[in-house]
Amino acid sequence: MAEPVIAARDLSLVFTTRDGPVQALSQVNLDIAPGEFISLIGPSGCGKTTLLRVIADLERATGGRIAVNGRTPEQARLARDYGYVFQAPALFPWRTILGNVMLPLEVMGIPRAERAARAKAQLALVNLAGFERKFPWQLSGGMQQRASIARALAFAPKLLLMDEPFGALDEIVRDHLNEQLLKLWAATGKTVVFVTHSIPEAVFLSTRIVVMSPRPGRITDIIDCDLGPDRPLEIRETPAFLRIAQRVREGLRAGHSYDV
Amino acid sequence: MSRAVLPVLTVCAALVALWYLGAVWMNWQLVADAQARAGAAPDLAEMVRLTLAQPRPLLPAPHQVVAELWRSTMTLPVTSRRSLVHHAWVTLSAALAGFGMGVAFGVALAVAIVHIRALERSVMPWIVASQAVPVLALAPIVIVALGALGLEGLLPKAIIAAYLCFFPVAIGMVKGFRAPDAMALDLMRTWSASRGQVFWTLRLPASLPFLFAGLKVAMAAAVVGAIVAELPAGAQAGLGARLLAGSYFGQTLQIWSALAMAALLSATLVGLLGLAERAVARRMGPRA
Repeated sequence: MAEPVIAARDLSLVFTTRDGPVQALSQVNLDIAPGEFISLIGPSGCGKTTLLRVIADLERATGGRIAVNGRTPEQARLARDYGYVFQAPALFPWRTILGNVMLPLEVMGIPRAERAARAKAQLALVNLAGFERKFPWQLSGGMQQRASIARALAFAPKLLLMDEPFGALDEIVRDHLNEQLLKLWAATGKTVVFVTHSIPEAVFLSTRIVVMSPRPGRITDIIDCDLGPDRPLEIRETPAFLRIAQRVREGLRAGHSYDV
Repeated sequence: MSRAVLPVLTVCAALVALWYLGAVWMNWQLVADAQARAGAAPDLAEMVRLTLAQPRPLLPAPHQVVAELWRSTMTLPVTSRRSLVHHAWVTLSAALAGFGMGVAFGVALAVAIVHIRALERSVMPWIVASQAVPVLALAPIVIVALGALGLEGLLPKAIIAAYLCFFPVAIGMVKGFRAPDAMALDLMRTWSASRGQVFWTLRLPASLPFLFAGLKVAMAAAVVGAIVAELPAGAQAGLGARLLAGSYFGQTLQIWSALAMAALLSATLVGLLGLAERAVARRMGPRA
């Protein structure tokens, strides 16, 4: 295995709240190799978003070790190693779509002319060519989320962190974006860490699925998802797909995720 | 647009009618006494006509105020000490100077409070307390103190106006600079944006609606501040001086025309800010 992009050892995180300490992550061990598409799946409160935020240095672990590209998460963040896609598009309403995608390049001090060229190329990659001068409110929710993916890719990070990016979209738009994301991943060879609570979405997209469970947030199973690189939407009806989905469902159940 | 005109006109007409009724009622005794002294016994129509045509009425009729406004703005050279344009300009210049100072101070204060956590708890109570002091009590102190330092004319008045101005701007901008949600701030953090970059690309644009709300309140307050500041300084010039002189000599028409001028001034300035706000809003996304 090549040098892992992410290596977590006995990672734990305890939030101090008014009601006392909350164990958000406990004994998390995970290696992610370059080019993998990893889904973190589990019910709310299982720590999947927290784990993603620790990788992104938006939260600090309170125990254990984690390395991102062999560095601390903070060093990785300062080196702009990753692009992050949030649950909501979080586009700035006063900027055009192009202006929004150029924003990270602006922050990183890329020259003006290059900014526009790179942002346009990213927008074309998510099929938003021609919408550069529109404002966010003029786009549908799915298009806005695609713009936010273009924004996360604008500065060409090798690692893409996605926190339930399609959670707020309807089923049809979601299927469509899943297909597009898969193509994007195949075309760019990026490492993707993808948080979701949808089993079909996780199985459809991933090379490996990390099943997590709450109280305390921990990893209960890691499932290989070797459906190959070519995945049309119809693959979801094949026995191989359903078998993996079934294993994920059992993994979730074994973690007592359903006894709410 | 045209559908809104009729209700507005109706309300205006009702208010003017009420004003006329009030003028007749308030001035009735005045006219009745004068007529009795003169031994005259006018009929009702004559009485009403007289109540609306007094040189020093308790409550002047709308057309009298309009006539006085016209006379004191249009028929006198603007350089005349009796021209209302001259006095309005004196007040306006102090109000605008104070507005500029107050807004600059208010925004600077908000920037500091948002970026330095300790300031919020240490400075905020003083800001609030400063506004609990009645400006009417404070103005003479400031005017006299600055006068002793040799500062007279526009600056002391502008300082009083600024004192009223900075508060709504500071409060509004603290809220405005904090308007971006956690997700937008996290986003900037994932790019390792500096605090300066977060301020210029996120906090400042997000705060603009709050800025204009604060500016409008501040603008009206600046005019009030400038007028109040003119009262203790010997009432030499300005709308405040006209108000004070008018009340000394019972010149109600002069008071009312100065009041109307002050209201007109404030409304125009706030209206201009509204236009600026719309222009900015159009540049920041047609709907946002």
